[in-house]
Amino acid sequence: MSTLEIKDLHVSIDTEQGNKPILKGVSLAINSGETHAIMGPNGSGKSTLASTIAGHPRYKVDSGSITLDGEDVLAMSVDKRARAGLFLAMQYPVEIPGVTVTNFLRTAKTAIDGEAPRLRTWTKDVKAAMAQLRIEPEFASRNVNEGFSGGEKKRHEILQLELFKPKFAILDETDSGLDVDALKVVSEGVMRANEDGTMGTLLITHYTRILRYIKPDFVHVFVDGSIAEQGGPELADRLEAEGYDRFLPAAAQA
Amino acid sequence: MTNAELTKETVAGTAESAEKARIGAPSAEAQAASNVRRIAGMNEEGEQLSEINPVSSPLGGAAAKSHSHGAGAGIPDSSRAGRLTSYNAADFAPITGREEDWRFTPLKRLRGLDKVALDGAAPGLSIQKPDAVRVETVDRCDARIGSAGIPDDRVSAAAWGAFTEATVITVPADFAGTAEDHVTTVTLTGAGEAPAASHLFVHAQANSAAVVVLDHRGSAVVSENVEILVEDGAQLTVVSIQDWADGAVHASSQQMKIGRDAKLKHVVVNLGGDLVRINPSARFSGPGGDVEMYGLYFADAGQHFEQRIFVDHAVPNCKSRVTYKGALQGKNAHSVWVGDVLIRKEAEGTDTYEMNRNLILTQGARADSVPNLEIETGLILGAGHASATGRFDDEQLFYLQARGIPEDVARRLVVRGFLNEIIQQIKVPALEERLRDAVERELKAGAL
Repeated sequence: MSTLEIKDLHVSIDTEQGNKPILKGVSLAINSGETHAIMGPNGSGKSTLASTIAGHPRYKVDSGSITLDGEDVLAMSVDKRARAGLFLAMQYPVEIPGVTVTNFLRTAKTAIDGEAPRLRTWTKDVKAAMAQLRIEPEFASRNVNEGFSGGEKKRHEILQLELFKPKFAILDETDSGLDVDALKVVSEGVMRANEDGTMGTLLITHYTRILRYIKPDFVHVFVDGSIAEQGGPELADRLEAEGYDRFLPAAAQA
Repeated sequence: MTNAELTKETVAGTAESAEKARIGAPSAEAQAASNVRRIAGMNEEGEQLSEINPVSSPLGGAAAKSHSHGAGAGIPDSSRAGRLTSYNAADFAPITGREEDWRFTPLKRLRGLDKVALDGAAPGLSIQKPDAVRVETVDRCDARIGSAGIPDDRVSAAAWGAFTEATVITVPADFAGTAEDHVTTVTLTGAGEAPAASHLFVHAQANSAAVVVLDHRGSAVVSENVEILVEDGAQLTVVSIQDWADGAVHASSQQMKIGRDAKLKHVVVNLGGDLVRINPSARFSGPGGDVEMYGLYFADAGQHFEQRIFVDHAVPNCKSRVTYKGALQGKNAHSVWVGDVLIRKEAEGTDTYEMNRNLILTQGARADSVPNLEIETGLILGAGHASATGRFDDEQLFYLQARGIPEDVARRLVVRGFLNEIIQQIKVPALEERLRDAVERELKAGAL
């Protein structure tokens, strides 16, 4: 049983117009096995939360804390966070020219586990996971994300999720840009990763449709850098029907 | 490492330009972005702005060793093909460093190569080859000498005037030997630091297929001329590796002549030496010719690696591709890439693309990258170029680190990947392995 705890988190970024606060006091606790959905309009700070947990250098933590089973996550380097069991499925996975998927997966797995995976079972695992995500075998010899379509990039993120077996998965708008079939394949992958019910999931999304496949235990609505409302899965249904309008300032509704 | 530390210090040629000129005049945007100002005002038929060396020069046909051509009339250096060519070093004015051709080269570090008297001992040769490939030592009167090349700078001409004997490597007609055990490897080991001249001639006869490796090692101050003659229908790969000891100074003019329906793959690998300056020039003698030119360099602190490429399209329906990639690390690591492509009026149906990429790994390194495209006819298949110089990308680093990979491992992974695109073109497994190891050594030795 692990807990990822975020307490009163304030985060800003430096822009050309000066420092801009994005998160304005976010508190959230996720336990192993739980699925939390974070929903909200564009620009509300959902992805900032994801990137801050993973340690992207662009985001500056002004106050508050993130801990993993009491350990200070903010004090860890990006790679140490990953080795501690945090995984961010990125919204915009970057291309790594010249590094093949096979080489990348093995290098990352070795780093996360602290030892090289046993070659024979590893190759088998990778092949099986790729097949289940309907990733063509020749992707193994292609460069990471290079020339991948949007959907292929997202499936490649979930492939890593399944192979690296993190304690906590943060899915940053994994559903955006996916057609219905791809969404189903990706959702099944996320559920397989949590087959034994021990992975905590933070599912960041603008839309409710992924929640038809991955049932959240908790739903948090982000508006302007803080949580405006919290509830169970029924809150997602209400958002689907009503949209985010009622959370937005009157001026924006006009 | 913080973001600030990753910031590149001085980088020239950072503009990314990857446009293609199609039939008709290129767009104004393409012209502006691609450093081809001198063809502004070009119409569909093309326009010749300065006098250039005619196709019927020694490079286009018979050698005439006493012959020399004047520099381009009008604007000096306005066309790459207008440059003086001569077998006689005295025809070239002493180098001042203000010439377009020399403006990036640290002349003081040439250690006398530009001083004409190159009487040191030439690098010693040892050769591994299949039985069918012939190796001869010939004197300078041999008819083949000069049939594929003519010096176009003073250092090359000085070597032409000074060499006493040349090595001719002949791949006989119809020989088919691209398998690894058929590779011809010429190891040139520096014979000391007295300025020396060296001359090699690689001759692929009609319809042959072969791989020739020129492997430069040891310590030397040498100016070298390499002539590469690829006859009709032949397929030749030439790999020139510069893996010199630290203080070495090496200038190499590698001139290639590619026959009808022949194909040449030319690979330059610069790893070691104080100053290495390789000038590969490709010319076609018949339609259907195809040249692929690759380059890989890894410049460390203080090293100057310069590569100036020239592809002269004077024959219809030929194809050229130039792909050079380099990594730089350490204070005053300096790379220069100049890619000149000329499409003459008669070279209709030309298809050309050149590309240079540089990856700057630390502060204090400098990459100059200058693509030049001269187009004198609009009736071509395509002409384009791209140049980009970047530092190791923060987003790439973040992605890899977010997968648990420590920063130093992530950097190595990316640099290996970046350069591997060139290495995997060589297709000689043992050589590829050696270059991968060399890149690994460079990375370990660096400040990473």
